[in-house]
Amino acid sequence: MTETRSAQPRHPFVEMTITRLLVMVREPEMIFWVFVFPLLMALALGIAFRTPSETQVAVAVEPGAGATELADTLAAHESIEIIPVDPGGTETALRDGLAHLVVVPGDPPRYRFDPIRSESRLARQTVDDLLQRAAGRKDVWTGRDETVTATGSRYIDWLIPGLLGMNIMGTGMWGVGFTLVLQRTRKMLKRLIATPMRRYQYLAALVAARLVLLGLEVAALVGFARLMFGVPIEGSLVTLGTVSLLGAMTFSGIGLLTASRAQTIEGISGIMNVVMAPMWICSGIFFAASNFPDPLQPFIQALPLTALVDALRSVMLDGNGLLATGPELLILAAWCAASFFLALRLFKWR
Amino acid sequence: MRPEQPTTAPAEPALSCTGIVKRYGDVLAVDGLDLEVRCGECFGLLGPNGAGKTTTIEILEGLLAPDAGRVRVLGCAWGEQDDALRARLGIHLQESQLDEKLTVIETLRLFRSFYPRGRSVDAVLELLELDGKRRSWVGKLSGGQRQRLAVGCALVGDPELLFLDEPTTGLDPQARRQLWAVLQSYRAAGGTVLLTTHYMDEAHVLCDRIAIVDYGKLVSEGSPDELILSIGAPHIVEVAFAGGAESQSADLQERLAALPDVDTVRAGESSGAWTVTAAALHRTLPALARAAAEMGTEIETLATRTATLEDVFVALTGHRLRDD
Ligand SMILES: Nc1ncnc2c1ncn2[C@@H]1O[C@H](COP(=O)(O)OP(=O)(O)O)[C@@H](O)[C@H]1O
Ligand SMILES: [Mg+2]
Repeated sequence: MTETRSAQPRHPFVEMTITRLLVMVREPEMIFWVFVFPLLMALALGIAFRTPSETQVAVAVEPGAGATELADTLAAHESIEIIPVDPGGTETALRDGLAHLVVVPGDPPRYRFDPIRSESRLARQTVDDLLQRAAGRKDVWTGRDETVTATGSRYIDWLIPGLLGMNIMGTGMWGVGFTLVLQRTRKMLKRLIATPMRRYQYLAALVAARLVLLGLEVAALVGFARLMFGVPIEGSLVTLGTVSLLGAMTFSGIGLLTASRAQTIEGISGIMNVVMAPMWICSGIFFAASNFPDPLQPFIQALPLTALVDALRSVMLDGNGLLATGPELLILAAWCAASFFLALRLFKWR
Repeated sequence: MRPEQPTTAPAEPALSCTGIVKRYGDVLAVDGLDLEVRCGECFGLLGPNGAGKTTTIEILEGLLAPDAGRVRVLGCAWGEQDDALRARLGIHLQESQLDEKLTVIETLRLFRSFYPRGRSVDAVLELLELDGKRRSWVGKLSGGQRQRLAVGCALVGDPELLFLDEPTTGLDPQARRQLWAVLQSYRAAGGTVLLTTHYMDEAHVLCDRIAIVDYGKLVSEGSPDELILSIGAPHIVEVAFAGGAESQSADLQERLAALPDVDTVRAGESSGAWTVTAAALHRTLPALARAAAEMGTEIETLATRTATLEDVFVALTGHRLRDD
């Protein structure tokens, strides 16, 4: 490109979209939160919740008479790990999660554990079986295990669409809402409306810049998940793209709405957190939304992030097309239309 | 420019307003201002901070609705065909901050794209003397360069009328002169300017006519020289007597006021110092020396200078233009 060519302005909508994109990608923090942070999250959670090769049960034996024999009996089994403890240290080991279960030698032995922890209940069951067998109990029969570790049904497979939804929400809200309020506090909105610029083109360019970014962020996260963990995409890429696009539009609209009147950075940050926090918790990013009580379900299901995450999972994990995700897409479209409609009525340029 | 009108109908002014009022709660920011800016002139709104300059100029720019009054810009009223009117105006706002992460050329190109016609970005870069900085981020520019760029963004549309709200506030003297040069070349090409400032020297250098405003009201209006002549005493004598506080008496003030050709007498900054405005130094100064001798005090320092717009402001309002 020659100097003179580069100085030729293009259509204002194109210029505004390009400059918005440039401002966003030149902000290192933006790159971190949009591109790096979701990958780090996926990496950390993917490693923390990877399918273990063998269920390991951590057991501490209360020191005292018979403790050594008991520990030896248990240690002979590969599914059991004996945690060495000092006298009086068992309580701490249990509390800190180092040991799932404390066995107190005796006849019969006693088991000390927190029944709220599922791994502790599992440990109690395993240890009890082993000790009873060692004491001479005969099992009537042994069931055959069929373990499921196929791709597509692991936690990481379930988590990635959730993280993607969360990212689409965050980038849309911050990319549109925060940018607008920043421009308002810097009196740039006022400066822009002092030119013959068309106002709708400015807002459209802001959303367009955000949508360009969307392509990159979806590709980065989904590509990373695929390379690192082999997370599958059962549905078509076009469907995945369409759902992401509708999600991004919806959260751009909500971002625009939150920014329509806010006059300060503190104000918009507060509003955004109030809007997003319930969805981070309730919309089933990290754990299923169905964990919440039934009376809350209608509200949770109506949240835009719940709809987006459900639709993404349905496409990525179940291989569904657009028709099968119809209800979720309808909810998203309703939020999208309502937020843009309201935002454009309420929006203040000054 | 526009052809000469028949003698009975004078050429329509580039901008006029009558009776504009803007109230913020209890504060009357603009209190019934009438202004008229002629085609091709540089008109200055001069007043201290809080005088209502920004409020006034934003009303004229159609960015703020007045509570009362009428505004006409280039023959149009706001609310008729705003986009077409805006394409003919260049507007610089006092407080807007350009994106720091865009380069100079990206910023100019963005603003240029809004205007249906205008100057080439390269021509504006040259005018602003920012050619060497075309690829620098706005955030890396000096204050003067950034301010020139902000004015450049108002010039890309090749406006008929340019609004500038305190374009040089906070700049060092050299940066201010560079910006003045940009404006003078715009003027030389026939452009009309309305600018606000609280720098009297800036108003004097740049403006053909000045409106002095204070508390939202017009205090006086005219060319810089007319305004200085209007206070009737174009010379300022700064005199300090030895002895300090005791000579700071009403008696002394009366004696000074009674000297020939003296217009006003004010106590100066330090004790024993006085500021005297006088019409004819050759009569006032000898009389001042005699008076000092008669009173038995000595003149410690004596300086004379020509009256400035600052003195005009003080003479008309009784307080100073700048608080610092
Ligand atoms: N948005 C506003 N809300 C309340 N008061 C304002 C507002 N803008 C200006 N004012 C007040 O109006 C007066 C004139 O302000 P302004 O026009 O900014 O003066 P200047 O530009 O001459 O410094 C000041 O007293 C200022 O405090
Ligand atoms: Mg101001």
